[in-house]
Amino acid sequence: MKRPQVKPWAYPGRVQDFPLGSTSKSDHLVSINAGWRTLRPVIDHEKCIDCMKCFLVCPDGVIDKSGPVLEIDYDFCKGCGICAHECPVKAIDMVKEVK
Amino acid sequence: MSGVKRFICGDEAVAEGVRLARPHVVSAYPITPQTIVVERLSEYVEEGSLKARYMHVESEHSAMSCAIGASSVGARAFTATSSQGLLYMAETLPYASGARLPIVMMNANRSIATPWNIYGDQMDAMFLLNSGWIQYYVEDAQEALDMMIQGYRLAEDPEVMTPVMINVDGFVLTHTYELVEIPLQEAVDGFLPPLKMPLNSMSLESPKSLCISAGNDTNMEFNMKQHFDMLRSASAIEAVDRAFGETFGRTYHGALEAIDTEDARVVLITAGTVTGTARGVVKALRAAGKKVGLIKLRVLRPFPVQRLIEALKGVEAVGVLDKNISFGYEGTIFTNVNSALMAGQMSPKTLGFIGGIGGRDITKANLEEAYGKLFEVLEGADLDRVQYLNVRCDY
Amino acid sequence: MVKLNAKTLHNEEYFYGHKACGGCGESLALRHAMKVLGPNTFAALPAGCMAAVSFIYPNMAFTTNAMITPFAATGAVASGIAAGLEALGIDGTQTIGIAGDGGTADIGFQALSGAIDRNDDIIYLATDNEAYMNTGIQKSGLTPYGTRTTTSPAGKNLPGSVNQKKNMFEIVAAHGIAYAATASVGYLEDFLAKVAKAKETRGTSYIHVFVPCPTGWGYPAHKTVSLAKAAVDSGLWYLAEYEKGAFKLNRNPGSFTPVADYLKAQSRFRHLTEEDISRIEAARDAKWENMRRQWQG
Repeated sequence: MKRPQVKPWAYPGRVQDFPLGSTSKSDHLVSINAGWRTLRPVIDHEKCIDCMKCFLVCPDGVIDKSGPVLEIDYDFCKGCGICAHECPVKAIDMVKEVK
Repeated sequence: MSGVKRFICGDEAVAEGVRLARPHVVSAYPITPQTIVVERLSEYVEEGSLKARYMHVESEHSAMSCAIGASSVGARAFTATSSQGLLYMAETLPYASGARLPIVMMNANRSIATPWNIYGDQMDAMFLLNSGWIQYYVEDAQEALDMMIQGYRLAEDPEVMTPVMINVDGFVLTHTYELVEIPLQEAVDGFLPPLKMPLNSMSLESPKSLCISAGNDTNMEFNMKQHFDMLRSASAIEAVDRAFGETFGRTYHGALEAIDTEDARVVLITAGTVTGTARGVVKALRAAGKKVGLIKLRVLRPFPVQRLIEALKGVEAVGVLDKNISFGYEGTIFTNVNSALMAGQMSPKTLGFIGGIGGRDITKANLEEAYGKLFEVLEGADLDRVQYLNVRCDY
Repeated sequence: MVKLNAKTLHNEEYFYGHKACGGCGESLALRHAMKVLGPNTFAALPAGCMAAVSFIYPNMAFTTNAMITPFAATGAVASGIAAGLEALGIDGTQTIGIAGDGGTADIGFQALSGAIDRNDDIIYLATDNEAYMNTGIQKSGLTPYGTRTTTSPAGKNLPGSVNQKKNMFEIVAAHGIAYAATASVGYLEDFLAKVAKAKETRGTSYIHVFVPCPTGWGYPAHKTVSLAKAAVDSGLWYLAEYEKGAFKLNRNPGSFTPVADYLKAQSRFRHLTEEDISRIEAARDAKWENMRRQWQG
């Protein structure tokens, strides 16, 4: 999986340790979005025809195609279900999250 | 190193100073009485004596926004405005100061509508006193030119990294001609080296997110840091002016110039061109044996509290000349000076003098009258705290 | 140039981990614009959903350089960035301004017009979800007739918004812009190709992309892409380009799918009467007649 990773971050110890101005390093994620999800997309790799439409239509870019099979970054998937809805062979199931 | 002397107006002096500072990007929108600045700069770019991108923007809001964009990638940016234009761009000023972008802007001080008026007072800049910009007020064309150069050196100081607004009184200074020394480019280049990529700049090597949001868990700390750094810039203001003096042979005494204050009983505080008139009045009153002094307040933010306290030690009555009204209270500089006096646990008598609104003259006689009222107060007269100069009917 | 599609598009993400609603069409457009433009992109976004969800200290969703601009200033800030980069001799970069419908057609219109007038080398992406979503679904200059928003309520007296959607694409083209296009996240390959074309264009490019908003439009989040497609298929949105002074329709369907199917899938239109729908259809037909007559010659 090649996706930006969550980085450790601690609240600055002193006011002076805050950034110079209203600025930050880019590519700086400190919290995941998994908690937003009520449904989880699950890819049936037997059915999948590797058309990669799910990769294309995902607003969050959480479907990674760098490996041998498509992989979902569940840290950042919000469970919107566009991938399942758009899949031409219905190879993605939206499964209820159990908390 | 001395430069060449030329007979030019205040706006032209600003343009000469900007050319010498070698900005990469000039974003310009015309407004009276700033127009000569952006006209000259466009000519310099056309003839090639200023190698800058000249951006014809469609408003002052875009003028500052364009400067913000350029500055955010580490380019030196300049813009100029006045009055309604300054208010129109008001929203963008804290973007620049919040992101700590070292932009320099000239503001030709002009009255605020309504009633409409194109002449000089200082109401416009007072609206933006809280914008997070360092604010200078200059007395003459030479100072206007020199402050463009000092302004960038200060704004770009890694310890400061704060935008600077140079206030130039409309018409009285922007459109009057004086003999001005144009420094040599080599000398300016030595004093003001090219801007090194600041830490907060967007860059390919270190991608940044700028003008970010900070929630109630961090917002206060971001603002406090900006405030503390601005307070600390007071020492850089003094240092930059000293260094300027070493290179160019003239200084402006940092955040304020104290004139004949050592043994003065009464002192008048001025900002901008009216200081020139006041110098003559002080000279005449001194010659008549009156112990009067004058403080030329050059910087309103950061407010030079400590220097004011030092300069006003032993003074019995302090008058503050405001070319602005904070409606429903008094002149803004008066409020600030009174607060500084409290901070220094000093309690001279104080009077606020409001004058020059909408370009009304402030004459020698008006200033003599102001000094006279300060002496009257010392003798026990019970005068209104706020006095109005050169009013043309009863009130 | 390789045709960009799901197979050929690279796997890198430059806009990731943002806090936009699930199924957000606008974030899908941004994601792909950034993918096509690449890691050396400088993005300028005004106040709006995308700025609000991407720069929440210390969570930064752009991996590239990006900044929030004053609401009215997207075009001006993007111009300034491009001018600064050029003046500093920093080559191989892209500057993109990204603003919503309100940020483009209303408050940011003047700065956009100024940037096009200067022909600054920037790309302007207008993400159109047809209302001020970040503030809670208020009517904008791109809210179409008959839309219920929180400031254009539908009731006995009014059908929701009574204005027609401003024709931003042609307004922009009337500047004589280097390149302009309309797009939809329902036709992503078309959108990718247009962003790639804008990337190659010297001077100002404008892409107006139609992006459904599940929260503001009232439909289940999984329908974002299919609704964006339905808008085009029903003729209520269109795919076109303006280049070298000429307009071109990229899609000119022989027949349209029923507008009612598209409208009734969204709660913002559910109140519309048969008469309202006929009126919308008539406006659509007039628009297409004009486009076909003027652009297909």
